[in-house]
This record gives sequence, structure tokens and C-alpha cells, in this order.
Amino acid sequence: MTDVLAVTDHRRGDLRDISYELITAGRELADETGGDLHLVIINGPVDRFAQKCNRVGVDTIHTVSYGEEFNHDIYTQVITQLYHNLAPKYILTPNSVNGLDYAPAIANRLDLPIVTDTIDLETDGKSLVATREMYGGKVETTNQYEGNVVVTIRGAEWPAAEVTGDAKVKPFDAEIDEDAIGSTVTGFEEAVGGNVDISEADLLVSIGRGIEEKENLDLIRNLADTLDATLSSSRPIVDNGWLPKNRQVGQSGKVVTPEVYIAIGISGAVQHVAGMKGSDTIIAINTDPNAPIMDIADYAIVDDLFDVVPELIEEFQ
Amino acid sequence: MKALVAVKEVMLVEDEFEIEGVEIAEQHLSADLNEWDGYAIEEAVELQEDGIVDEVVTVTIGPEECEQTIRQALAKGADRSIRIWDDTLEGADLIDVDAKTEILSAVIEEENPDLVLTGVQAGDDSFAATGVSVAENLGFQWGAVVNHLEHDFEDGLASVHRELEGGIEELTDLELPAVLTIQTGINEPRYASLRGIRQAQRKELDVKTLSDIGVDESRIATEFELTDMYEPESKSDTTIWEGNAGETSSKLGELLRDKGVAQ
Ligand SMILES: Cc1cc2nc3c(=O)[nH]c(=O)nc-3n(C[C@H](O)[C@H](O)[C@H](O)COP(=O)(O)OP(=O)(O)OC[C@H]3O[C@@H](n4cnc5c(N)ncnc54)[C@H](O)[C@@H]3O)c2cc1C
Repeated sequence: MTDVLAVTDHRRGDLRDISYELITAGRELADETGGDLHLVIINGPVDRFAQKCNRVGVDTIHTVSYGEEFNHDIYTQVITQLYHNLAPKYILTPNSVNGLDYAPAIANRLDLPIVTDTIDLETDGKSLVATREMYGGKVETTNQYEGNVVVTIRGAEWPAAEVTGDAKVKPFDAEIDEDAIGSTVTGFEEAVGGNVDISEADLLVSIGRGIEEKENLDLIRNLADTLDATLSSSRPIVDNGWLPKNRQVGQSGKVVTPEVYIAIGISGAVQHVAGMKGSDTIIAINTDPNAPIMDIADYAIVDDLFDVVPELIEEFQ
Repeated sequence: MKALVAVKEVMLVEDEFEIEGVEIAEQHLSADLNEWDGYAIEEAVELQEDGIVDEVVTVTIGPEECEQTIRQALAKGADRSIRIWDDTLEGADLIDVDAKTEILSAVIEEENPDLVLTGVQAGDDSFAATGVSVAENLGFQWGAVVNHLEHDFEDGLASVHRELEGGIEELTDLELPAVLTIQTGINEPRYASLRGIRQAQRKELDVKTLSDIGVDESRIATEFELTDMYEPESKSDTTIWEGNAGETSSKLGELLRDKGVAQ
């Protein structure tokens, strides 16, 4: 019997979508061998969250209230204790920034292997086969683990659990060792930039590291002007200080849903795709026919951007 | 104060490649310094320039071939480097988080730094777990995905910003000693100067085996088996426009006009 313990994700009073996706992934794993799915909600308005997470497939929801926000020391202590109580075979967490801030610690504390950023999971009750990507999404691999494992799952790979269920909700009496808390969250800040809102645009011309030099950005600005489009980018362009932070599309940038998204010299790393996959029509211009962006593009030009972009500008002048 | 930076050499894949078994054929791979580690090195060197850190040491798990990458870190300002390698690590497809944790922890215990910096993830296997795992193993504090670090360490605390999803940053105070996993964009990594490159050749690069650092072979057995590697299936309805740049750009132009987003 494969029991699964899944850890919900929330921030500033809201459950994050991945919490519902974890329920689906956890249920699938537990179902493969007829086990139970336990959910744990740590901190925040736990009763409200427990109501929202009470979806078909969840057997028990454990709640622990020990502050408002995420704190990795508390998460690590609570999950370790729950693991000892419940003895689940798999601990499932989101592959979110917070998930990555406690899951490896739990694996180490419990002496379990960890597999991160999984996109598919299968078990026969004995071993776990986890599918994940390597080399920035150029290949997928399957990885086989025996015994108990800590697993982090990628967002948007499993559908969200939607139907209300009848799980037992139980407060978990965790013993928190205050002396072992060495971190304190003191606040939050939102990224600032100019006053352009790329999430409002119908047509986004988005540029990535394929542009190579800051000077070459003029060519893309020219294209954006000619098409009357809004200019956005992948992360390295913002990291280099070539465009302000509010132009960044992706997981740690903005989520955009334009009619047309033109990705120029962007490979399509998962963190970028997280921000633009909801675009109506996606067009990729890239020299690499195997770039992951090609897998989600509706149309693609496999060619050098320095050849294509000037032609495109001419086309509209 | 002493800073230790974990530096990894990663493999980059060419546009066209072949898979042999569960590996990419060697001729399609090239080695480079892990992108995220470049920012970690820069942060440590800036701490030294600010007079906060006295010594920057790097540690790398890897064979002799990665010494070029280590010299890059030395050329950018690290003071000395340690490289760990062993025959038992030779042939491993991937070294898992637990094994890396054992090895890095042993070095850190010997070096006793106040601050350990790693990249958020390695660009090739993207596990993104080693830094936090090492911290827990040593009883250090930690912060994952750090994109800002206050350089004063008042009251023995590292004040960091952690970059969360959706353009939101979390402000966190962490007790030292601590491990921080460094996100790109935290600083502007420098290019090594010619002088730096010359000096790097003379800096100490200490090579150690597992037994030198007191790690038992049995502790580094990889806990999983890589059973398959393949190219992801592409969405079958992607239309690839064929032709020269003039032809493909007019097809794109036509589509933009059809959609009514450009005239
Ligand atoms: C926690 C975390 C959060 C992140 N958040 C984000 C985020 O919000 N947004 C984001 O974008 N990234 C994010 N990243 C980074 C992400 O993993 C990638 O590193 C990044 O998206 C790569 O950007 P790129 O595609 O521009 O560059 P690369 O991956 O280097 O790709 C460049 C592409 O350009 C192509 N190219 C090169 N030359 C030419 C040419 N002449 N003509 C045409 N094509 C060319 C290449 O074939 C390649 O496909 C995050 C990473 C982490 C770990």
C-alpha cells in the first residue's frame, strides 16, 4: 500500500494553484496501489485552506497553524514529524521556490532520496519511476527509485483536482522546537519597473539570449515599433540589465496571454514557458530546430534572427 | 569571514545531437561553468572587495578536465580552489544530491566557512536541491533562490531577498553560518581580466580523493537508476515555415495581418 503525503503551497493568504495539482498527482500515485492521500497545510488561515483543499481523492487533511507565512524551519519540523507518524511512502511537494527551500532539507533529515521537478510519476508499489527533463528541456529522462522518496512536482503538469470531497480534517499537534528556528521572514516586495504592462498587450515581440549583444536590441525595438507591438523578453535580457524587470515573461516575471507571442532567440526553458504558454498563437524564430520552444509553438521559423527580423521589418514598412 | 563557493562544470548540448543509451553522445557536448555559479562567485568576490570576506575558496566535484572551469573562477577573483574526484565517481551517469551533499559537507566541515554560496541549480541536471541539502546536513541555515544579499551581516544575520514566483520577493533574515543558493541577476558577473587569468594559473588548486576528506565510498552510492533518455515529443501541429528569410518572414507577415494584430 502506497500512502502519499502532499504539502500544499500558499502565499499571503492565498492557496497557490499547484496545491490542487498536487492532489491529482498524489491521488494517482496512491491509487496505483490502493493507498491513502494525506494533505498537510502549514501556517496561514489553515481552516479556510482546508475547506478549499477538501477535494475528491484526499483522505485526510492535517492542519498546523504556527504563524501566517512560510517558514522553512517550521515546514521542515512539521513534515518530518508527520512522516514519522504516518509513514507514507512518498512525500510530494511543489517544485516551487518555497518547495525547493524545504524539500531537500526534509530528504536529508529523513535520509531519503529526492527527485525534483518531475513531470510524470508511476509506481508499482515497490519502485517509483519519475520522468524529468535535463539540459534545459532538450531531453527527458526516466529515473527509477526504490523505497521511500521525496518528490517535487512541476506546476501545470497535472490537472487541478476540482470536485469537493469529504476528507477528514485533523489539526496536527506538531512539537515545534523554537531554538531550531534560524530564519525569519520579515516581509515581501514586488518587483518594480517602468509603467508598461506587458500582460495587457495583444502582440508581444519577445527577445531572448539569441540577441547576443545589447546593441542588437535596437533591431528588435525597431521591429516592435514597426509592428506597433510591445517588447518583452526572457530572463537573461533582464539579468543583463538590458530591459527593466517588468518586461520579463515567465515564472519569476509576468504571465502574459496576448493574441500573438513572437519568441525570438528564446529557447523555451520551463520557467519562461510558464509565463507565455497561454498565448493564443505562439511563433518561434530560432536557429535550433530542437529548442523546446518548438514544441509549444504554433508556427516556427528555423533560421537566424539577424536574417529574418530585417526582412520582417521591411515587410511592414 | 570566509566564503566558500560550490562551482560546477556543466555540459551544454549542441543544437543537433544524438542520444546513446542514457547519455548524449560526447561529441555533441561542451563544458562550461554553470551559469548560476558564475553569479555565486561574483557575489563572493564582491563581498571580499567590500572588506567583509577575507578569503574566497571554491570547491568542485569533478575530474581533471574541469580544471579549466575552476581556473575561470580563480581568474574572477577566488583565492584558491579544491577539487574532489575519485575513481568511484568515474562512470556515474549522474551524481545524486545525497552523494554531492556528503562530499561537499566534508569539505565545508574542514574549511569551516561562515557563508557558503551555490548556484540555484545546475544547468544540465537541474536538480536545484544540493545547497539546501548541504545546509541541513551541516546544521547551517539556508536560503534558496536568493537574488539580493545585504553586505553587512549585522548581528550575525544574512538579510536576503528570495525571488518567489510572479515578480514577488520574500525578505528573510538567516542566522550565520548559512548556505545561499544564488539566482541569476543578483549582480553583474565580471569577465576575467588578462591579469586575473595569469594570476589564476599560480593560485592553489588542491586535488583530493574521497578518503582524503574522510568520506566512505558506501556513502556516495547513487540512489536511482537513469533508465531512459529521449527527445520530448513535439506538438505535432507545429507548422514550420520553409524557405529563405524573405519567404518565411512574409508568411509570418501574412499571419499577423490575418490575425489583425499588425498592418
Ligand atoms: C527559479 C528560476 C526562475 C526563472 N524564471 C524565469 C523567468 O521568469 N523567465 C525566463 O525567461 N527565464 C526564467 N528562468 C531562466 C530559465 O531557466 C532560462 O535560463 C531562460 O529562460 C533562458 O533564456 P533564453 O531562452 O533567452 O536563453 P537561452 O536558453 O540561452 O536560449 C537562447 C536561444 O536563442 C537561440 N539563438 C541563438 N542565436 C540565434 C540567432 N542568431 N537566431 C535565432 N535564434 C538564436 C538558441 O538556439 C537558443 O534556443 C528562471 C530560472 C530559474 C532557476
